[in-house]
Amino acid sequence: MSPTFVTVIGLEVHVQLATRSKLFCRCSTRFGASPNTQTCPVCIGMPGVLPVMNGEAFHLALRTAVALNCSIPEFTKWDRKQYYYPDLPKGYQISQYDLPMSENGYLEISDPKERFETKRVGVRRAHLEEDAGKSMHDDAQGTAESRIDLNRTGTPLLEIVSEPDMRSALEAKTFLTELKLLLTYLGVSDCNMQEGSLRVDANVNIHVTTGRDVAATPIVEVKNMNSFRAVERALAFEAGRQFEHWRQTGQRLGDVPKQTRGWDDASGVTRPQRHKEESSDYRYFPDPDLVPVKVPPDRVERVRSELGELPAALRQRLVQHYGLSSYDSDVLVNQGRPLATYFQQVADRCGDGKLASNWIQQDVLRRLNAEGVSIHTLALRPEDLAELLRRVKAGDVDTTRGREVLDAMIAQRWSVDEAFSELGIESLDEQQLVALCRELVDANPKIVEDVRSGKIKAAGALIGQARQRSPNANPSRVRQICLALITGDASLP
Amino acid sequence: MGITKDQVRKVALLARLELPDEQLEVMTGQLAEIVTYIDLLSELDTDRVEPMAHAMDLANVFAEDDVEPSLDRDQALANAPRHDGQCYLVPAVLGDS
Amino acid sequence: MTLLELTATEQLRQLEAGELTAAELTRAYLERIARVEPQVQAFTRVNADAARQQAALVDRRRRQGDRVGRLAGLPVAVKDVLCTQGAPTTCASRMLADFRPPYDATVIARLRAADAILIGKTNMDEFAMGGSTENSALHPTRNPWDLTRSPGGSSGGAAACVAAGMAPLSVGSDTGGSIRQPAGLCGVVGLKPTYGRVSRFGLVAFASSLDQVGPMARSVEDAALLLETLAGHDSRDSTSANVPVPAYHRSVREPLNGLRVGIVPEHFAQGLDADVEQAIREALRVYESLGADVREVKLPHARYAVATYYVIAPCEASSNLARYDGVHYGYRWSPPPAPVGGEPVPSPPDADESDLVRLYRRTRAEGFGMEVKRRIMLGTYALSAGYYDAYYLKALKVRRLIRQDFDDVFRDVDLVASPVTAAPAFELGEMVHDPLKMYLIDLYTVSANLAGIPGISMPCGFSSSGLPIGLQLLAPSFGEEILLRGAYRFQQVTDWHRRSPSL
Repeated sequence: MSPTFVTVIGLEVHVQLATRSKLFCRCSTRFGASPNTQTCPVCIGMPGVLPVMNGEAFHLALRTAVALNCSIPEFTKWDRKQYYYPDLPKGYQISQYDLPMSENGYLEISDPKERFETKRVGVRRAHLEEDAGKSMHDDAQGTAESRIDLNRTGTPLLEIVSEPDMRSALEAKTFLTELKLLLTYLGVSDCNMQEGSLRVDANVNIHVTTGRDVAATPIVEVKNMNSFRAVERALAFEAGRQFEHWRQTGQRLGDVPKQTRGWDDASGVTRPQRHKEESSDYRYFPDPDLVPVKVPPDRVERVRSELGELPAALRQRLVQHYGLSSYDSDVLVNQGRPLATYFQQVADRCGDGKLASNWIQQDVLRRLNAEGVSIHTLALRPEDLAELLRRVKAGDVDTTRGREVLDAMIAQRWSVDEAFSELGIESLDEQQLVALCRELVDANPKIVEDVRSGKIKAAGALIGQARQRSPNANPSRVRQICLALITGDASLP
Repeated sequence: MGITKDQVRKVALLARLELPDEQLEVMTGQLAEIVTYIDLLSELDTDRVEPMAHAMDLANVFAEDDVEPSLDRDQALANAPRHDGQCYLVPAVLGDS
Repeated sequence: MTLLELTATEQLRQLEAGELTAAELTRAYLERIARVEPQVQAFTRVNADAARQQAALVDRRRRQGDRVGRLAGLPVAVKDVLCTQGAPTTCASRMLADFRPPYDATVIARLRAADAILIGKTNMDEFAMGGSTENSALHPTRNPWDLTRSPGGSSGGAAACVAAGMAPLSVGSDTGGSIRQPAGLCGVVGLKPTYGRVSRFGLVAFASSLDQVGPMARSVEDAALLLETLAGHDSRDSTSANVPVPAYHRSVREPLNGLRVGIVPEHFAQGLDADVEQAIREALRVYESLGADVREVKLPHARYAVATYYVIAPCEASSNLARYDGVHYGYRWSPPPAPVGGEPVPSPPDADESDLVRLYRRTRAEGFGMEVKRRIMLGTYALSAGYYDAYYLKALKVRRLIRQDFDDVFRDVDLVASPVTAAPAFELGEMVHDPLKMYLIDLYTVSANLAGIPGISMPCGFSSSGLPIGLQLLAPSFGEEILLRGAYRFQQVTDWHRRSPSL
């Protein structure tokens, strides 16, 4: 009987909170500064210094925890996690151990392509801690020394630990994508993996079923995944590797200590990482330099009421209120709150959600992606786009011509009226249209014959001719009128 | 609850202290004596007592999220025993990029 | 009375009245330092030039009628555990021998704003760990009353400095008695404020939940004057109390009626030196003659205080001292150069440890003295896996019981009186090889740190061999006013504090 396996994944995500200053001192957290130019005696851990907690950091952490549906204990404290490393100047990290600020939450994930069922991934805990510095080793130099930059030391981090509820690399990637979306909607983090404001480690093992026996393999911690795609690839690889390993060794959970492996993106494999000096005894104890934080229930409620509309709720509302498909709703929401807001403003004003959605997806998004700009810098106000769409909807201009108008509006910063005027778009009145069509029908006996013998589509050529003669001729009106003339519809004047 | 030389050796590693053998001997004896004295505390029944981690009842002390000037790099590195003008230097820590 | 025998209060009055210049006063103290410091060795560093400059500046501003600070012109010596910007702050340790902090401790900033003359940094037990100032990496300080004896510790230098007339005021730190015990052994006044009363920002940490900075002086009045400048909320210290600072210097002279003083019978039971007991009992009779009601009180958990302290303090210290690793500041071990043409000698005992770990272990082995290492080891052990509940957590619980004892006692009395030490100053070298015996000296003082309450020590007599004996008073949290007033009353009718050693 051929064994099958299920992958079990838990994720540990470190999110840098978007405060201006550090968690325990007032140094800037700006990314990209020259080494050791954003430090002070406090974050360097000089003798005699003391930490004072950044209130905004706690607030952002609290908002996130509430948005993740966590329970918020009324009393929380900070603990020292002690170990020696050159990028940890105090010899301890201020973190949270046994009374974290939040726990037992969840994040719902779903797949528009339905490759897995919608589910809730548990959030075991989310707590606030300080970041360490950076340790750099330049092999090329051939030196036996590492260089330490403490700029990052003391940056506020929210550590989010999930339950091992994910059952595939895809679920893990979806969790991360959804988490990032939530965090950007909340405005609590830049979530930029390239800049290190979002880091992911995974714990993964597999459960192998052979007949009636289910064997769990030892858990492996996977590190060094620098993008969501890398996470997906790494976990898929690791599951397969563990299966092979199990086939060869039969090792089960508990047989060996937890291993740490690093993902090598270039080679597409995980490799064992260097064994630590001794098993980590972090000697946690409450930090005597910090006082506890009390969070009364009414503060939690206030935070909850001020979260703003979050992605999950927004997706639903776009479907229900604007009649969008799930797919379209997803696309818009996943672009971030500014674009979703833009969409709503356009849709509300032009009165047609689907139309607005189509145009925004096709024209606006395409342009944003091509030019690498954000919705904030797009030179097209929602009210102007909405006006254009109203005209399109009313038939004043067809879609194709409408696109030309849009391009011109953006390039020249014209209003709709200005663009119509400059491009010479006028609605032809009915009489003019009918007159035009009569001319074309008379001039194209072959096409008339084709249509009369059932090839309705032949009328399309007349539309092209009409537009050549008069760019403002509405194609669908032309088609209707021509057909009516050809078939002798008496409804025409 | 005594303390053995082997335990002391492990603690010395945890504490990042190198203790030559004679010091290890003396230290073990002294620590054992102190630890025995400290065991006095086990006489007390403290099951229903709340630990007192702080001398006062403060809570919720926060600072505003306002950036203040950092040290100049020269100032920051001025006391560093070994640096290259930009970064602190330490014996290679393997496993870094 | 010579200039140096005047109280700081009186010196200040004369400075303000123009009867005395800061330059004259500073010169007098610098001359005294030149004469007696070689014998006492109270300082790690004397800032003679800077002191003269500061004094000249104060005089000029006074002459011009400019506003000057509260302590303008008064020399103050500061324990070398407080960070002074740009100047060496060594904590009497090899580890920080060359450390120059780029910032001032908050109390130092306050002293500068008060225009005090920062005359020098004083010697101490390394990283404030010890009770004799013999654990200084530089040299021991000697008791001005008997140069073969210890001045106590860890603020031994600060106490000796004032006792020897080398400064009118000094600032020390107290974690388990390190201000009060040396004050008692040197015959001066030393006060440990309520925890949170004075900012700890810039105080090199020993045990964060116990450390406090406090004043030392010849008289209670002077201690009140200095405390007023040191005290106050600091937004850079999360444990700093946001409680207004009373005008201690003025209120110290206010009348005090119906004072109730508690004494603990157990304090007089075990191994108390006969001279000390006599002096204390005599002091209590003085209080009675002043109309105080002296009565017995109980501190049922007092006998557990030293054990509790010697869990909590080393645990916190082991963590606070982890930062000394040779990487970002301070001492750093260097590997010896390999012999020419030969292999570098592999280093026992863990030849396979990484270079980084070796750097840490050797830096700390060479940078720290034995007492510091001992406490780091003890603290690391007590916090390590499996021991947290039995030691640290247990000690925090007993701490609460000790605090509750005081809460109960202060319902019935205003102050608790006791000896500061069981015996007068011991000989240098007498205790150094018996750590536990040294720890037990802290018997009378550690409870105040554990409970977070204020305490003062002042001279109340002399032993038959002419060594000072100190009386300790304890008050409830933020009870500094009653503490100072109660002590001041005693000094109004006694003159122990006016005696000076014959150096």
